[in-house]
Amino acid sequence: MTAPALGKDLTGLEHMTPEQIRLILDTAEPFKEVSERPIKKVPALRGKTIVNLFFEASTRTRISFEFAEKRLSADTVNVAATGSSVSKGETLVDTARNLEAMRIDMVVIRHPSSGAAEFLGDRIASNVINAGDGKHEHPTQALLDLLTIRDKHGKIEGLKVCLVGDVLHSRVARSNLWGLSKLGAEVAVCGPWTLMPRGIQELGVTVFGRIEEAIEWADVLNVLRLQLERMEKGFIPSLREYYRVFGVTPERLERSPKPITIMHPGPMNRGVEIDSRVADGPHSVILDQVTNGVAVRMAVLYLLAGGRAELADAAKRGGGGGGGAGGGSE
Amino acid sequence: MSRPILLQGGRVIDPSRDLDELADVLIQDGKIAAVGRGLSAPDAVSIRNVKGKIVAPGLVDLHVHLREPGNEDEETVASGARAAAAGGFTAICAMPNTDPVTDNQAAVGFIVRQSGRAGLARVHPIGAVSIGQKGERLAEFGEMVGAGAVAVSDDGRPIVSSHLMRTALEYARTFDIPVADHCEDPALAAGGVMHEGLVSTRLGLKGIPAAAEEIMVARDVVLAELTGGHVHLCHMSCRGSVAIIREAKERGIRVTAEVTPHHLTLTDYACEDYDTHAKMNPPLREAADVAALRGALKEGVIDCIASDHAPHAYDEKEAAFDDAPFGVVGLETAFAVAHTELVESGIFTLPELIRRMSTDPARVFHLAEAGGGGTLAPGSVADVAVFDTTAKWSVDPAAFHSKSRNTPFTGRALTGRAVLTIVAGTIVHEL
Repeated sequence: MTAPALGKDLTGLEHMTPEQIRLILDTAEPFKEVSERPIKKVPALRGKTIVNLFFEASTRTRISFEFAEKRLSADTVNVAATGSSVSKGETLVDTARNLEAMRIDMVVIRHPSSGAAEFLGDRIASNVINAGDGKHEHPTQALLDLLTIRDKHGKIEGLKVCLVGDVLHSRVARSNLWGLSKLGAEVAVCGPWTLMPRGIQELGVTVFGRIEEAIEWADVLNVLRLQLERMEKGFIPSLREYYRVFGVTPERLERSPKPITIMHPGPMNRGVEIDSRVADGPHSVILDQVTNGVAVRMAVLYLLAGGRAELADAAKRGGGGGGGAGGGSE
Repeated sequence: MSRPILLQGGRVIDPSRDLDELADVLIQDGKIAAVGRGLSAPDAVSIRNVKGKIVAPGLVDLHVHLREPGNEDEETVASGARAAAAGGFTAICAMPNTDPVTDNQAAVGFIVRQSGRAGLARVHPIGAVSIGQKGERLAEFGEMVGAGAVAVSDDGRPIVSSHLMRTALEYARTFDIPVADHCEDPALAAGGVMHEGLVSTRLGLKGIPAAAEEIMVARDVVLAELTGGHVHLCHMSCRGSVAIIREAKERGIRVTAEVTPHHLTLTDYACEDYDTHAKMNPPLREAADVAALRGALKEGVIDCIASDHAPHAYDEKEAAFDDAPFGVVGLETAFAVAHTELVESGIFTLPELIRRMSTDPARVFHLAEAGGGGTLAPGSVADVAVFDTTAKWSVDPAAFHSKSRNTPFTGRALTGRAVLTIVAGTIVHEL
């Protein structure tokens, strides 16, 4: 048996190699087709138990993971721990130990504290997949963004990608930044300085203070969600002004010499960070991102479970006892 | 009264008298009886051959948290005093953020009595500035000083109200005690868990900007000038603070300052991998800050090293970074960390380090009037530490005398440790 290509956990893209990232994207390709079939199921993870442990509200990501797991035939349990009165740290330690005691195979975790996925991964033998930890990383989101960009442009290297909006609080921005740079894209960020993290330039990122500059520069705009609480906490004066100064609108995009691919990790605030006409426009790939999310997550689950990339194509055909995962069928 | 002790043949370093020579030290009736070559041994003397060792005034720590009363599972006055003795400290000053807060003479007296019962390193209480450390009404400084408090502080919490800080500095003048402040602008620091910089950006953790400290340092200096009071600035962490203090001292303002061993040796990179043992407040900052702090300590712009010993139960630190409490223990590693990083590396001489860990802190809190410390002058109280500065060891938290294990230095190879600690002529620690 070959060594697992990804290690035990997927906690973030910062410490992954470009080869590992490409492996996930390439493995996702054959899995795309599974979701297009009338019977959307392959046996690759049959017999595996997966816990989706969500300490924060999530619709898209949780459902996407759940579909990915079910389409790979895994047994899944959803645990929503929002609103628990127990302090977060205690819950996490005890949850880790209890899960371990139940002999599960994988945990998909979302948690409001940065580093929570690593914390869990260091304490249990099961594979841990980070579905978003605080302001740190959201690696599967960035992977599906990368796959979507690659689908649209046929490449990632050399493309100019700008992340627009609340970079300070965004785990999507951080994971995208690492993934894009590792695959050779040029990365920029754009937003009010109140929402830019300290030292971001030192990570090799261009910072645009005005959306017009970003639009002139970019091939791809990945527009981040602006959470309403940012206004309450005083990072911006009003949503109205945010839209007027930083909103991605057709009028602004028209000034670009070339068509710009529009992405958004969702959920969108139409009329705040993005104009509806842009979100629904011809260059928007926002729903392709969602579709690719399932394939990317299938690839991650499959690879972490010990599946081998070269067998992914066989795995999706299904016949027999499941290709690859947990020992393979060759 | 314990037997006389003769420390024979050691290198005696007494910064209070600029003394650094091979000599014997005779301790009798709890006092330094004599320092000199070839001292004759009185009857029933207990002789320790300390050839090759350093004989110094016991170390003094102006900033420890002992958790008694309130969290005795984490530390008590006795366990903290034991840890202190093992680290070569003969006097430590206990911050008042206990539960309940040490904000009245009865609470101060309790610490003094617990210290006496333990009979180890002497524990000097620091009283609260405000009742309940709530930042509203002044606590009774006079009564607390009468019961044994050596300073006042709301440490753990910044004194937010400039009016309260002003009145505290003015009122403290009557008793000639310093007001020790934890300098932090709470609005700027709110929600922060580590230094705001490149590392916090990468880790996605909320940062505490250096400005949060610098603003309050500047305010405190201005108020010290206004009032003529003595402000002592706790655990300085950044280069901007150093510049403000330097300027204030040049202008003759009554300001003193301390720095911890961890701020002298570690940077925010220690928080990588979300290591909660690198989470403390103020946070570990950047290499340029470490360099500035070292320079300031060398020059005397920062007066002394203090550990900010902050014990926490092991399971409190076993949490996500955001959820873990601030603070690390330091009494048992302070000397060795400072010796290894500052003396072995050639930045400080050994007498300079001992000055900053004994003579100077004793001066800052006027401990000569509170029982002694910081000197080996004949006639003074015999608070003495003997160090083996060649001893190599590595930090094993399981071996700590402290009840808590939360150190950022686990596994670190260090040189130098206390082999004998004497408080008022009584041996309280011997390796």
